[in-house]
Amino acid sequence: MSEKDLKNKKSDVAVDEDKRDFLFVTTAGLAVAGSALTVFSLIDTMNPAKDVLALSTTEVDLSPVEEGQSLTVMWRGKPIFIRHRTDSEISDASNVSVDELPHMASDESRVKNPKWLVVVGVCTHLGCVPLGQKIGDNKGEYGGWFCPCHGSHYDTSGRVRKGPAPLNLEIPPYEFVTDDIIKIG
Amino acid sequence: MLSSLRKVAFLLLFLITIDSGANAASSNVELIKQNWPFNGIFGRFDKASLQRGFKVYSEVCAACHGIRHISYRDLEGIGYSPDEIKVIAAEYEITDGPNDEGDMFTREAKMSDKFVEPYENETIARLSNNGSYPPDLSLIVKARAGGADYIYSLLNGYKDFPENFEASEGMYYNEFYPGYQIAMPSPIMDEIVEFDDGTEATHLQIARDVTSFLAWTAEPELEVRKSLGVKTIFFLVLLTIMLLGVKRKVWKHLE
Amino acid sequence: MKENTSEQNKGLTGWIDKRLPVFTFINHNLRDYPTPKNLNYFWNFGSLAGITLVIMIVTGILLAMQYTADTELAFDSVERIMRDVNNGWLLRYIHMNGASMFFIIVFIHIFRGLYYGSYKYPREILWMLGVVILLLMMATAFMGYVLPWGQMSFWGATVITNLFSAFPVVGDYIVTFLWGGFSVDNPTLTRFFVLHYLLPFGIVGVVALHLVALHQFGSNNPTGLDVKSEGDTIPFHPYYTVKDYLGLGVYLIVFAGLVFFAPNFLGHPDNYIPANPLQTPAHIVPEWYFLPFYAILRAVPDKLLGVLLMFAAVMVLFFLPWLDKHKVRSANFRPYYRQFYWLFILDCLVLGWVGAMPAEGVYVLISRVATAYYFGFFLIIMPFLSRFEKTTDLPSSISAAVISEKFDNKEPSSESYVK
Repeated sequence: MSEKDLKNKKSDVAVDEDKRDFLFVTTAGLAVAGSALTVFSLIDTMNPAKDVLALSTTEVDLSPVEEGQSLTVMWRGKPIFIRHRTDSEISDASNVSVDELPHMASDESRVKNPKWLVVVGVCTHLGCVPLGQKIGDNKGEYGGWFCPCHGSHYDTSGRVRKGPAPLNLEIPPYEFVTDDIIKIG
Repeated sequence: MLSSLRKVAFLLLFLITIDSGANAASSNVELIKQNWPFNGIFGRFDKASLQRGFKVYSEVCAACHGIRHISYRDLEGIGYSPDEIKVIAAEYEITDGPNDEGDMFTREAKMSDKFVEPYENETIARLSNNGSYPPDLSLIVKARAGGADYIYSLLNGYKDFPENFEASEGMYYNEFYPGYQIAMPSPIMDEIVEFDDGTEATHLQIARDVTSFLAWTAEPELEVRKSLGVKTIFFLVLLTIMLLGVKRKVWKHLE
Repeated sequence: MKENTSEQNKGLTGWIDKRLPVFTFINHNLRDYPTPKNLNYFWNFGSLAGITLVIMIVTGILLAMQYTADTELAFDSVERIMRDVNNGWLLRYIHMNGASMFFIIVFIHIFRGLYYGSYKYPREILWMLGVVILLLMMATAFMGYVLPWGQMSFWGATVITNLFSAFPVVGDYIVTFLWGGFSVDNPTLTRFFVLHYLLPFGIVGVVALHLVALHQFGSNNPTGLDVKSEGDTIPFHPYYTVKDYLGLGVYLIVFAGLVFFAPNFLGHPDNYIPANPLQTPAHIVPEWYFLPFYAILRAVPDKLLGVLLMFAAVMVLFFLPWLDKHKVRSANFRPYYRQFYWLFILDCLVLGWVGAMPAEGVYVLISRVATAYYFGFFLIIMPFLSRFEKTTDLPSSISAAVISEKFDNKEPSSESYVK
């Protein structure tokens, strides 16, 4: 064995002993924990900042929206579809047998006041904004919304009826502050 | 080895003196030094003082000076609850819009809004202040050499013009202001505000409280920073001592 | 030998290593890498600089995700980072003070090389790559300081870019080109941001070359002697890895002290005032790490000569291997060089100090004397000493030096060999 091999061997033995040493293990543990905390707090800067979170509630005045009309407002950078539904739209939505739906949900479970449907206007397939808010828009086969990206059809309760979308349009957290004002978020 | 380490330590010290010398070069009057509760490594703000200072700001300073980096929601940092802040914010009118008719409109400020500025733009501000521009106060403590002590000194530094001093029209004498002539008249006096907590509103008390408030607007992160700093340094010292042990143990193999 | 190492690792690492010898590479360069056994703590600063570079790049990337490079928005976006972004103040203060720490580390690293003759044969290219890194760092730091768009940012950028107007005929064209307009403005800020983001990756590349060059002949050492036998060296791991960790611990304590308790100590209050192109601050100074060069610039009454001299102050470092051709590397064995060396350090500090002082009265004189010594040290003293300086007795090998140190129980300063 050459001198070098001998020395390497010696240092290897030392390293093996070191691996079991209490001081070495605790020091390494402490260093790893400290680095992990540091990395976490730095990565945390990428999470929503305070000013972004502060904008996460929006109050909307519903009084100017006539029956049959829709309103789009921004909430957290996404469109919120608010539809003042007509009686026929309400009955269309509530007369469907829930079991036939791709994503089962009754109309009652999706509204706080049957006159007003409030949904996040983002297709649950891949995030496009469906058509159906403006007069003259293609509202799809079920009178609700139609997503032009991949052809998903939503009904007047915002439930998916046809096409690749797996889920119904999401309901944002909201509440009626008064009869005419809702607070989203 | 040791002697060269000592040399390096000496050189570093020299460097630090150079730097502080460079910063101190800008003012030549000794400031009135205060023992601020937010100084030092364990420094904390006195919340009651900040709230009094906020009252001074909004009743006195806010007429001319903005704090545009502060949002109403930030007031939680000086101890107000969200409900109290909503009431405070609602006292301010903010321009928003355009609405559906394309017009700008005014509404009550919300928690998420930044503090409303006293002037629409710099030109209007200068017109209403004899040509001078009242600076924004959000960062004033960090933006002046001497920091809080400078602001406190300035508020207490008004004097009559000394004889033979060539005073300009509409200027005031302040011994701490660079050039001694300042466009702002002494903004505070005894009893100019009434404190809700019954603290006597003396000139010095008002100056101290509003300075504390401005120290907070400049560094709202100060308390978190210092407490995290103490923990971090404690951790690092412990780790370094352990590393010293590890290093000694490893190097023992060589002997 | 290589064949052996890769075959020792069976399993997945062995499989990968045979095709892509990364593990062999790591073994050779960070584990078995034979390192002189007498390195002192000044040899920690290379790895510290590398770690600081990583810290700067990581915090810089995260900051870039929040920063807006637009004259209308830049200042406010920085304040948003300080106030609203989660731990944003921590991120920015680390980055801001990290720049200062980086220069402290690199200056010490350079002065170490200067003392122990690390630039001499066969490490000339290693040294020159280091100077390239320094230049890139200076450019990066200068452009980074502009980004917050405070008063010092703006006026610093104005003054430094105006240096180029000193060149005859083309000067004004260069300056307009650098600005992308007729003053420091939005195009300038945008390009500075892009380059400030880009250049550090250039630094990483040059650092890689710096390491390749280093590992070609291995580290220099306090005696400056070449490694003569296996007994002079020890494997890098665990001996120097653990020593580097220990140094890192001490370094981080200093760094954290600055970040948490004096984050604006090395900065200037005026940079918390938004940039105002109509009003220059009363007393404008560059960041502390540029002060010595700034002093050289101002020492000369002629504009062009001042600028040339300032650039020459860095460029002269490239020629060091040929200015100092003395056969002995370490200043430990060069009694005269050593005295001039410490005088040179003092000279750099004096330059830094006058750089912060107003350019008037006695300060001008001091800066001229100090500038004269700065260049005199490289251009006159070094070549002169390389011809005439007699050294003290050299130890026969690194091992011999280590042993004699142990018996005398003191460092291998020249005194121990002068018998």
